[in-house]
Amino acid sequence: MTTRIGVVTFPGTLDDSDAARAVRLTGSEPVALWHGNDTLDGVDAVILPGGFSYGDYLRCGAIARFSPVMGELIKAANDGMPVLGICNGFQVLAEAHLLPGALMRNASRTFICRDQKLRVESRDSVWSNAFEVGQEITIVLKSGEGNYIADAETLQRLEDNDQVVFRYIGNPNGSANDIAGITNQRGNVVGLMPHPEHNVDPDASPTTDGVPFFTSLVSYLQQVS
Amino acid sequence: MARVIVDVMPKPEILDPQGKAVTGALGRLGFPGLSVRQGKRFEIEVDGDVTEERLAEVREAAERLLANTVIENFDVRVEE
Repeated sequence: MTTRIGVVTFPGTLDDSDAARAVRLTGSEPVALWHGNDTLDGVDAVILPGGFSYGDYLRCGAIARFSPVMGELIKAANDGMPVLGICNGFQVLAEAHLLPGALMRNASRTFICRDQKLRVESRDSVWSNAFEVGQEITIVLKSGEGNYIADAETLQRLEDNDQVVFRYIGNPNGSANDIAGITNQRGNVVGLMPHPEHNVDPDASPTTDGVPFFTSLVSYLQQVS
Repeated sequence: MARVIVDVMPKPEILDPQGKAVTGALGRLGFPGLSVRQGKRFEIEVDGDVTEERLAEVREAAERLLANTVIENFDVRVEE
């Protein structure tokens, strides 16, 4: 059966259609989820896409985190459902405490838009098992508040438990320990600032290094089903 | 109607890029020696009397929504 992946749209979300397109191009079925509905429509996994939910008012992701769909998503994620938060989606996951730490204004104080080199640090997550550890990939980064921060104890725990999934090669934004993406202890929730959904089509991007994010999920779901 | 003020500030050990930008601009404008940290101030109109219970509710609201306690501290006070 085709994997059904929900893509949430908040007011101010920008990359929901690209995320849905990436889902389709990698062989799964995208399912549009609206922030105001408290249902996940029986999907197998959810993507929180990039953008500026609620205009980034208060803090990035702070208001989206309390939307009706998030109540269901938090329950499902705690029960093991795969969730991928991209950019603003990562910020929402941090605000929802599904992932530790917070995203702050870039240390350079400038918005950064570039093809960013990353190193895969862990394949022990639902969204990264199709990579090799140490593999270098290039994924689009476009964010003003991507500076990952957590207290020393949390950072140590992330490192000790192998929860740092992606690290920047050439830290662009001041993130602690060069962290670009992390997972929760269970490995089903991943958040990262770069945008794998923009790197799936050779006609539209310099690499297709985003594809394994989506194929990782599909092969994980095949293994557990 | 009573007014409660919630001040939210980046924690001292956290880099404050906005404050740093303002500090730099002040220097360029000829105001040297002023080091700025930038936070947020919420003015909250409270229906009825501000009892200890109401204040506790505002504190909970600040903790849950107004501040992200991973990176920010907050302070709640009644405006005289």
